[in-house]
Amino acid sequence: MALATVDQATGDRPAPRRRTGFAGQLQAGSGLGLGIAVLWFSLLVLLPLAAVVVTASEGGWSAFWAAVTTEQTAAAIRLTVGTAAVVTAVNAVVGPAIAWVLVRDEFRGKRLLELLIDIPFALPTVVAGLVLLSLYGVDSPVAIEVANTRGAVVLAYLFVTLPFVVRTVQPVLEELDPEVEEAAASLGASRVTTFRRIVLPALIPAIAAGGALSFARGVSEYGSLVLLSGNLPFRTEVTSVRILSSIENDNLPAAAAIATVLLAISLAVIVILDVIQRRAVRRG
Amino acid sequence: MAERHHHPRPKPGPVALALRVAVIAYLFLLVAWPLFLVVQNALASGLGPISDLLADPDVRHALRLTAVAAAVSVAISTVFGVGMSVLLVRYDFPGKRILNALVDLPLSVSPVVVGLALVLVYGGRDGWLGPALEDAGVQVIFATPGIILATTFVVLPLVIREVVPVLEEVGIEQEQAATSLGASAWQTFRRITLPSIRWAVLYGVVLSLARALGEFGAVKVVSGNVLGRTRTAPLVVEEKYLNFDRDGAYATALLLVLVSVAAIVAVSLIRNDRETT
Repeated sequence: MALATVDQATGDRPAPRRRTGFAGQLQAGSGLGLGIAVLWFSLLVLLPLAAVVVTASEGGWSAFWAAVTTEQTAAAIRLTVGTAAVVTAVNAVVGPAIAWVLVRDEFRGKRLLELLIDIPFALPTVVAGLVLLSLYGVDSPVAIEVANTRGAVVLAYLFVTLPFVVRTVQPVLEELDPEVEEAAASLGASRVTTFRRIVLPALIPAIAAGGALSFARGVSEYGSLVLLSGNLPFRTEVTSVRILSSIENDNLPAAAAIATVLLAISLAVIVILDVIQRRAVRRG
Repeated sequence: MAERHHHPRPKPGPVALALRVAVIAYLFLLVAWPLFLVVQNALASGLGPISDLLADPDVRHALRLTAVAAAVSVAISTVFGVGMSVLLVRYDFPGKRILNALVDLPLSVSPVVVGLALVLVYGGRDGWLGPALEDAGVQVIFATPGIILATTFVVLPLVIREVVPVLEEVGIEQEQAATSLGASAWQTFRRITLPSIRWAVLYGVVLSLARALGEFGAVKVVSGNVLGRTRTAPLVVEEKYLNFDRDGAYATALLLVLVSVAAIVAVSLIRNDRETT
């Protein structure tokens, strides 16, 4: 039981991800279950992803490099990574603000805002594109027309990545005791100081974790751009669209090479997430 | 969700008020208004386009295919997800940390890459396993199994992400008690573990279902998008919009919007209901 109490003590602070706790050894039945689960996971996820990397490397380094550095592909990768970075920076500011309003503010209709946050996660991406097009497309009622411009890519990324930072910061903010902030204020700390010294340090790991997810999602986005961005080469064509046109031209090695770049970015993001969270759990 | 730590604040300060207004404006412009306009556009000429749509045999086929593929994928990923969560939380084995990180991988892989990856392995012409499977009479790519594989890939982590934190929180005392009283592993799972995670499983299933019904990029690559055979509902939206059938596109989109909004509302209701009891 000692193990369980230790785990509960550290469990007071919600670590955004799984920790290992009180684990038992595998028995015959659970061992078989693990075998089946890993086999299925390998056939569905690992083997296909390995096939992408292997196909990309079949032509050697020079073929890989040639495929990912054609002018059009390089422009697409730059646009994708640059826009995802900008959108993640926006989310790192807007996300905690939304989470703060949801946790600390009280007003009628707040539940509706909660629903709005989750809609981009559940809405089919192609429908998300159509949704944005109806307000920001041709004949925009607000006279902001971004269809077929780089603004469309920013808008689509902002839409699909909306929930990530909000939903990672929110539980941390809920656990944060307002009394600590009140104590700081009563000791003469200004609002800015209280925010900077008390609130922000507690939120940083969650913001980083949510930001990493939002960056990864932005970089890999495809569906919401199909109708919205026009996919103009050198202007609004993102990496996923480049991969798809290589597939449609039956040039699978080139598609695999560009896909490998995206996979490397995803993997880097997962590693960063893991490091941030380990650090957060240790500190807690 | 926030009600638990409710601190009465009778009058918000100017900063809080400004923040509230800014957040509402942002969400209104980014989500609420566009969503409302889609519903409005879809219903602009009455219910005509929707009944036209439902009368089209190809669209009906697409809707049915979407529903079947989503149901099968969610069933598979639920069984896999619950099993995997129990293994990851309750057992120790070599490679566990890596597996733990890898199960989240599908969340950050581009749908187009998912499709490409499946084609490279299961493609009938020169995939790694595809030709052998085709000799055995199973066509995966450009057929329903491919659509199911792609959808399952995409929704795979969702159940796990909901169930694992709950499993960690409930602890093992009850399970150990059951085992020490002579319950078998299966009895313990069914009588103790499963009831304690049932809500988490339900959230995971609803979220997975919403995602599965709407999966676009991965399905587009593996399905071949053949009218009346492998075209799913989200692909119908694109095809109709690009062919200047705006009414049809908006009507199909409306159906998908209704399903995903219903899913979100369901999850929110279950969550609130459970937190107040």
